[in-house]
Amino acid sequence: MKNILARLYASLQGLLVPVILLAIWQYLSAHAIVNPQILPAPTAVIAKWWEYLLPTEAFDPSRSGYLAWLLSGEMIRDAYASMYRVVVGFLVGTALALPLGLLMGANDRVYRLFNPLIQILRPIPPIAFIPLSILWFGLGNPPAIFLIVIGAFFPVLMNTIAGVRHVDGIYIRAARSLGASQTTLFLRVMLPAATPYILTGARIGIGTAFIVVIVAEMIAVNNGLGYRILEAREFFWSDKIIAGMFTIGLLGLAIDSGMNRLNNHLLKWHRGIENN
Amino acid sequence: MPPQIHISKVNKVFSTDGREVVALEDINLDVSPGEFICLLGPSGCGKSTLLNAIAGFSPPTAGTVIVDGSAVRAPGPDRGMVFQEYALFPWMTVEKNIAFGLEIKKQPKVRIKEKVGELLEMLRLQDFRDRYPKDLSGGMRQRVAIARVLALDSPILLMDEPFGALDSLTRRNLQDELLRIWMEFRKTVVFVTHSIEESIYLADRIVVMTYRPGTIKKIVSVAMPRPRDPSSVEFNDLKKELALLVMEEQTRHNQQEIRMPAAD
Repeated sequence: MKNILARLYASLQGLLVPVILLAIWQYLSAHAIVNPQILPAPTAVIAKWWEYLLPTEAFDPSRSGYLAWLLSGEMIRDAYASMYRVVVGFLVGTALALPLGLLMGANDRVYRLFNPLIQILRPIPPIAFIPLSILWFGLGNPPAIFLIVIGAFFPVLMNTIAGVRHVDGIYIRAARSLGASQTTLFLRVMLPAATPYILTGARIGIGTAFIVVIVAEMIAVNNGLGYRILEAREFFWSDKIIAGMFTIGLLGLAIDSGMNRLNNHLLKWHRGIENN
Repeated sequence: MPPQIHISKVNKVFSTDGREVVALEDINLDVSPGEFICLLGPSGCGKSTLLNAIAGFSPPTAGTVIVDGSAVRAPGPDRGMVFQEYALFPWMTVEKNIAFGLEIKKQPKVRIKEKVGELLEMLRLQDFRDRYPKDLSGGMRQRVAIARVLALDSPILLMDEPFGALDSLTRRNLQDELLRIWMEFRKTVVFVTHSIEESIYLADRIVVMTYRPGTIKKIVSVAMPRPRDPSSVEFNDLKKELALLVMEEQTRHNQQEIRMPAAD
């Protein structure tokens, strides 16, 4: 009982600052202290967010199922388009970075061969690839996904290399004395030993991918959450901009907590893991 | 009977920062099948280096190590190794750790399961089958490590201060269990320790090593029947004798540390 009260108190405490800020914001807007065109009231933003979420047309059973209708709102379609790009880009980026990182971490010759090039390319922000990506791939999904691949590639690569290089020598010695071949050593010892690092890289990578998708959509695509908030600016729909930003934030949070869960699941053997 | 391990004229030189350290010099030792050998000496005397040469982790600079008639070139499952740091794979459960060597050997699944079950029982680990190493105490971890090498049925067990990190009660417990396993399977054991008492409690022969260069100072046979009583007169006489030998080396170690600090 005491425990429940303590937890309730803790979560109430966490709500305190946001509630105060919202109240101030509402007060400023309601008394027209700030121009609602510049900063609409929270209630207006929530109303817009709800409208943006809901389907645009009335339900018509002859045209689609209920679920399909429910998910036909503009926001859902935008969020889906953005997520699709993030997931495809992230998967392609990881699929390229993981084997290269494992090879570079395990083999000094491969490392020396690729490292200089990677050190030169890595500091270039993925955003700087936008002009080139449009030149190469035109508009639409391909340039956006290309940028996300780049955004996800480097964090996964760098962490995989570090992970393999930091594998404790004692595991390798133990495995070799148990008769492990090079392949077994690689797949069953080095790879799992490096997973904490690799997952950290994946988490950073998908975070970067999410940043890149918003920017890419503002420039190269005409749907998705990033496109939608830029479009809203052209119509001076500041409530829709903020509603869109809010959705972006929620999606980012969902991705991160999903990664966190995956982390905890894959690393349940790991010492000192945070169980949140 | 030919020796199971034949060590002849082994030298090992490490060079660090342009300085050469002679870790082993002119080591000659034969170990018979089923014999329990302890390598005893202060830290830095090369006893682990010698064990690593037998294990195949670090080949000698000169001389030969021959195991079962063929020269050692690489580590292998014919020489099971138990480390002081346990070296269990933290991402595998107890069961998976023990099964690892058998899976490498591509044994049939049923056979693996049966064998792992036997070992879990033998080392009283049944209740920990699905646990990860992080959930186990030091003593439990070392039991798993022992089960993992026993699974290989290797004729030779190499143990590098396996009980060094354990408290004295757990230590005695595991020593007894090791002796029980050794007597049941008659494995050849080479056991590195810096504990005089541990070496007397366990070994058929104790190889006392010198500090830098690492040479064999004396080989002491222990004839006492097992289980040995550490409070007996015989045990303590031997302990005194060995303590004198080891102390000489410890003193040399201390003097050299003062003369050239941070030699390691």
